[in-house]
Amino acid sequence: MAKNTRKEASLWEMFAVFAKIGAFTIGGGYAMVPIIRDEVTRRGWIGNDEFPDILALAQTAPGLLAVNMSIFAGYRIRRFPGALIATLGSCLPPFLIILAIAMFFTNFQDNIWVNKAFMGIRPAVVALIAVPMVKMAREANKTWWAWLMTIAAMLLVAFLKVSPIYILLVTIVLALAVSLWADKRRKRNG
Amino acid sequence: MADLLNIYMELFSSFFLIGLFTIGGGYAMLSLIEGQAVGHGWLTEAQFTDIVGISQMTPGPIGINSATYVGYTAIQNAGGGQFLSILGSCCSTVAVVLPSFLIMLIIVRVYTKLSSNGVFKGVMSGLRPAVVGLIGAAALILIFNVSFDGGISLSLIEENFGHWTSWVLFAAAFALTMWTKVSPILVIVAAGVIGMIIY
Repeated sequence: MAKNTRKEASLWEMFAVFAKIGAFTIGGGYAMVPIIRDEVTRRGWIGNDEFPDILALAQTAPGLLAVNMSIFAGYRIRRFPGALIATLGSCLPPFLIILAIAMFFTNFQDNIWVNKAFMGIRPAVVALIAVPMVKMAREANKTWWAWLMTIAAMLLVAFLKVSPIYILLVTIVLALAVSLWADKRRKRNG
Repeated sequence: MADLLNIYMELFSSFFLIGLFTIGGGYAMLSLIEGQAVGHGWLTEAQFTDIVGISQMTPGPIGINSATYVGYTAIQNAGGGQFLSILGSCCSTVAVVLPSFLIMLIIVRVYTKLSSNGVFKGVMSGLRPAVVGLIGAAALILIFNVSFDGGISLSLIEENFGHWTSWVLFAAAFALTMWTKVSPILVIVAAGVIGMIIY
């Protein structure tokens, strides 16, 4: 989890990186996952193994996934100022773009070039979401039951429309029970 | 002016509550925003439909996009000028982010404190497989429509995969990000440019 090899990041650099993340997150919170993962792990700000934790906890809190991930990642990089800067950075580009549209281009969504670009972007975004899933599954799933849980969670949410929050709550209870049991056994043997 | 002040206060309190009670991301938030915005008469149904389209076509979380747009339009529809309308969009955007900011701050502090605790570590790594599954589900949801009519039936989402070339773009984006170091941002830009050329 906590790594002491973490590189120090300046707040300016953080602002620029999170603004870039905010500017290219197209298609909702999950579309941010590949981009934020790429940007923060490539710079060594957050370890590869910590990223799934960010995602898990960002989803258990209310609000927008993308914003929650920014707050969490920002705090892990530079504590409170980091959380503030990361949130500002990832929210500012969408804010300014929508403001510009509300002020000047009210029929933006009917523009033919915008529509064409989005016909290209949408399938690519789906692939971008699928790739970190495969990469993270390979890193996190070492046992057959881990794969079973991944597949079960995926099918329940995608096809039976079970809310992700229930999946997380049930998994937290199960994981807590297993973890406490393992801890007890370790102490008894150790 | 007193009327506008009222709208600012209502914008702030409505969006604060929306931010506090949304669990399940932007699309869950959208219906709450619709209820508040149309219910308060800040915008018409048609204007709200525009927002949904615009939010999907602009970067950023859908919740932020729609909060910004609603804040601006609400003040503008009430007769406020450009500056006051921008203030309205600041008001609703800050309000929608504030609850998650405070709650996440508590969560991340607890996480930081507990991150060397063995049991906590166990819980977090136990959560990973399910979290990975949730991302997989997010991808599947963008590919398939599910409908329940007696059984479950699946159909492709025409909006995202309406043409055979959509699958080529999907495969190319997948291969590039999976096996090369190309940044996801570059893939998005390239896909947009290709879309403008071939469609």
